[in-house]
Amino acid sequence: MCGIVGLYFKNDGLAEDLGRLTALMLHEMRGRGPDSAGFAVYGAREATAKLVLLDTTGAVDWAALAARLSAALGAPAEAAPLHDHAVMRVDGDGVAARRWLIENAPEVTVLSLGQSIEVYKGVGDPDAVMERFGLRARTGTHAIGHTRMATESAVTTAGSHPFSTGADTCLVHNGSLSNHNRLRRVLHAGGERFQTENDSEVAAGFLASRMREGDTLSAALRAALQTLDGFFTFAIGTADGFAVLRDPIACKPAVMAETDDWVAMSSEFRSIAVLPGVEHAAIWEPAPAEPYSWGKAA
Amino acid sequence: MNQRLTNTALDLAALSKRAVNATLRAAEAGRFDVLNPNGAHNLACGLEHPVEVTIRGHAGYYAAGMNQRASVTVEGNAGTGVAENMMSGTVRVAGGVSQSAGATAHGGLLVVHGDASARCGISLKGAEIVVGGSVGAMSGFMAQAGTMVVCGDAGEALGDSIYEARLYVRGSVKSLGADCEEKEMDQASLAEVADLLARAGIDADPATFRRYGSARRLYNFHVDDAW
Repeated sequence: MCGIVGLYFKNDGLAEDLGRLTALMLHEMRGRGPDSAGFAVYGAREATAKLVLLDTTGAVDWAALAARLSAALGAPAEAAPLHDHAVMRVDGDGVAARRWLIENAPEVTVLSLGQSIEVYKGVGDPDAVMERFGLRARTGTHAIGHTRMATESAVTTAGSHPFSTGADTCLVHNGSLSNHNRLRRVLHAGGERFQTENDSEVAAGFLASRMREGDTLSAALRAALQTLDGFFTFAIGTADGFAVLRDPIACKPAVMAETDDWVAMSSEFRSIAVLPGVEHAAIWEPAPAEPYSWGKAA
Repeated sequence: MNQRLTNTALDLAALSKRAVNATLRAAEAGRFDVLNPNGAHNLACGLEHPVEVTIRGHAGYYAAGMNQRASVTVEGNAGTGVAENMMSGTVRVAGGVSQSAGATAHGGLLVVHGDASARCGISLKGAEIVVGGSVGAMSGFMAQAGTMVVCGDAGEALGDSIYEARLYVRGSVKSLGADCEEKEMDQASLAEVADLLARAGIDADPATFRRYGSARRLYNFHVDDAW
């Protein structure tokens, strides 16, 4: 199973409610994914890069890691811990920072990189994960969330969704891929760096790699239809919007809704029923093998 | 007459889904409104008596599944598997429905006024389905008996590996599935479509529909393969 949700605001009116509404949506998806949960919130765009890091050992000295990163990059870095996560702000090249951390700091997993995205995830009851990382109080333009029922890899925090491998890009997945091991090797040879054995991380890496090579989001999604073998309904968060893609068989559910104020997707309508103005929403099921995207640059 | 006043209200904002379904299943007659469904799954399933149930909003998965004799109306959309394995009775959906609508249904009438997505009428075993809009890919897959009338278009692989079910589509068919072919729209077909449209409450000219069915060329249709 797994439950996925996405929420995008078409204007600023609901920005203060982003976290609260995303939490309500994700709460409805608890039954689809009781193993673990995660979310990506796109808040106000910051001037510098920020990376959300996960301590996989329980013993990371965040200040010391910030100092090591700062010395390696020759740029200021500062960490703000939150439970087993920390937001590392780097006044320099974020992509280089991500690469350095993956290669030199095996005690952490890089959950996200960007100027507005922050990804948080954890094992256990989705409501508890949302509470721990203060989802309800978070504000912003759009959010992606996931509740996980693991099938392809272990139930760990790092193996929870969303997966983010490119700047301000993330992906949540309901389904399972069957060619992810081979694809991971191909992408690795091309320079992509993975941090888990998870199939969904490979899909995130594939999209990020295509977009880095110049594909638009919709071109990358069409390429994914050709390359990825397996079952999937994806919600993909980008710097200024989100996209939805289902495989050609489309046995993993998805429902979408749109009003003048927001666009939302979920595995089930229950999550959409909690949104304000839903009684006036256009509601439909996204067609198989057809990319949908919203946002300024969609 | 205000129908809402005469119906028994079952409010999911106040009652558990189990309690609502138990009340519906226990009733031998009567009219019920299910309020605040908000996409809840398994509403009005397994009803065995001729009750009338109106779900006032959107239903989740398997709404009115395994229905017998009851008349269930969904005023909004319904999720996966609406009226799956229906035996008799009527299920009407004002909006659209998700995948596998009417799957394996043996009898009764399912009317969808909006669109139905993939695999509508999969493994149909005798029920009648009328869709006011379009149906998605692989609709009528392995349909064994019964009738499906589609007023809009059909997606890829319509009627793949179909047995004796009869499919009628007014709009375009993206592609026919294995062993599905267009059939003659004879007088009996016209009468069947006219009757179903009338019972569904949909105004359309039966002469504008095309009929599809089994070419009977797959392995299992060859007597030499029987044993």
